[in-house]
Amino acid sequence: MSTLAEKILGAAAGEYVDRKVDRAYVHDGTGVLTLEAWKSMGASGLCDPSRLSVIFDHIVPANTGLTAMLQHELREFAASSFMHFSDIGSGICHQCMSEGIVLPGEVVVGADSHSCTLGAFGAFATGVGATDMAAIWMTGETWFRVPATIGIHLTGKLSGAAEAKDCALAYVNQLGMDGATYQALEFIGEGAGHCSIDERLVLCNLAVETGAKAGMFYADHVTAEYLRRFGAAAAEQVPEPCDYMQEITVDLADVVPLVALPPRVDTVKPVHDIAGLPIDQVFVGTCTNGRFSDLARFACIVKGNRVAVRTIVVPASRAVLAEAIRTGVLADIVEAGCVIGTPGCGPCLGTHAGVLGMGEVCLSTANRNFRNRMGVGAEIYLASVATAGASALEGEITEPEVP
Amino acid sequence: MRGKGKAVCLGADIDTDLVIAGRYLRTKDRGVWAAHVFEDLDPALARRLAGAVIVAGKNFGCGSSREQAAIALKEAGVIAVAAPVFARIFFRNAVNIGLPLIEADLSCMDGEPVAFDLEAGWVETGGRRKPVRPLSPRMLAILRAGGLVEYWREQR
Ligand code: SF4
Repeated sequence: MSTLAEKILGAAAGEYVDRKVDRAYVHDGTGVLTLEAWKSMGASGLCDPSRLSVIFDHIVPANTGLTAMLQHELREFAASSFMHFSDIGSGICHQCMSEGIVLPGEVVVGADSHSCTLGAFGAFATGVGATDMAAIWMTGETWFRVPATIGIHLTGKLSGAAEAKDCALAYVNQLGMDGATYQALEFIGEGAGHCSIDERLVLCNLAVETGAKAGMFYADHVTAEYLRRFGAAAAEQVPEPCDYMQEITVDLADVVPLVALPPRVDTVKPVHDIAGLPIDQVFVGTCTNGRFSDLARFACIVKGNRVAVRTIVVPASRAVLAEAIRTGVLADIVEAGCVIGTPGCGPCLGTHAGVLGMGEVCLSTANRNFRNRMGVGAEIYLASVATAGASALEGEITEPEVP
Repeated sequence: MRGKGKAVCLGADIDTDLVIAGRYLRTKDRGVWAAHVFEDLDPALARRLAGAVIVAGKNFGCGSSREQAAIALKEAGVIAVAAPVFARIFFRNAVNIGLPLIEADLSCMDGEPVAFDLEAGWVETGGRRKPVRPLSPRMLAILRAGGLVEYWREQR
């Protein structure tokens, strides 16, 4: 019987297939090169613009004249080509696509490595580069090698101050940065059913940090309920017994607050072990942990207090920002002394709005802590929102209290 | 798909941020990427890449989907990259821009000659010939055309 990836791609692991792409998207970073490659291919049109999106999230608003010009060109093209276009402030591409666009069973390709996030909906979602995307613009399809799958059994329930992020760091630690290269991860078991969509998005988001092509949950009643809020219908997917190339088990009840040490995502320790390490900046946001539930949890911790270090909070999308405003979450965060950024990637990729200086240390809720990523000579520790909140108040890495 | 170059040996898990840092992405000028390739790993490296075959450890090209990483290497004169296993988006990107990849576990010294033939499926260093994990027929066809842009131009 088949894994979810085999079912959606319609062939057995190891086979090469050509598949129609249901949704394809680029951002301002990869879109510029995609447009160049598409023009060079001599294409006369787009295969089906209604399936294509351009979402500005990486450097928003533009930081230099050059960035502004590159964005201008792509904006003009998107506007004239009948693609879906989301200008600055709409949010991170993966988050925008998670707000009622991507549906179970779809083949989704993004020109960004964290496109695997959208496997949370039971879609086959993966990242490609700009030239692959240009060919998809032209033909509406692309080739895949159907991946073998690693089954990640989730048992029990998260408890104490632990979050899905901690569980994600735990499995990245277990598999290593190349433990799942060319493969898919499937999250299964009763623990998977207990995860909210936001938690599933976090768990799928970090799949690529193990080298995986996709991270996937089976669509169930949780998925259907979430999508119903956006007016979208979703068929549930039923797992069948299948051949995994490897299986690991994570007992959610055992997960404790964790931190990934620079410069590797797979070097993970309990927060407890490095508590007291001084930090210069806290960053809450990104396609990993910038959703409303994250901002609300963070607000709960800092409300009525003052952060002890500079703290940048960037909502993952306009919808997240609007809900944070409506519910008073944003006021709590601002009154605690935090800075709010434009919905988008913020300082995650180290190009603007929160770049660190030489020797500075950042505690971030993102997914990557590669050397120099957020600034030359700076170090990045990755952790959950609760750890970020507790650490922001103390000015040092701090174990979050059980809420 | 044959070639010959001098080995430039690197470690494992070289991510695309290290190949070309995010701060150099906001341009379409390929020369900028070539000039700053590997800057955060070793600023002297860029000058040694003309005619080089990079011999890397496992998981080369992990991280971001930025195609500029593969372009920067090609622009700097890299002939091919060898590694026991590549990160998959980098794998596709390199083939798509016409940069040959050699999936093989090689041990050699900096400066040693490396020869390869991807169609025949071998790579040679220090007089030792090793098999290469074969590319799919489609990937070979893309490489033969010089990249995916050229491949599609030919198809049309
Ligand atoms: S938030 Fe960070 S990891 Fe996510 S898409 Fe943006 S730059 Fe990439």
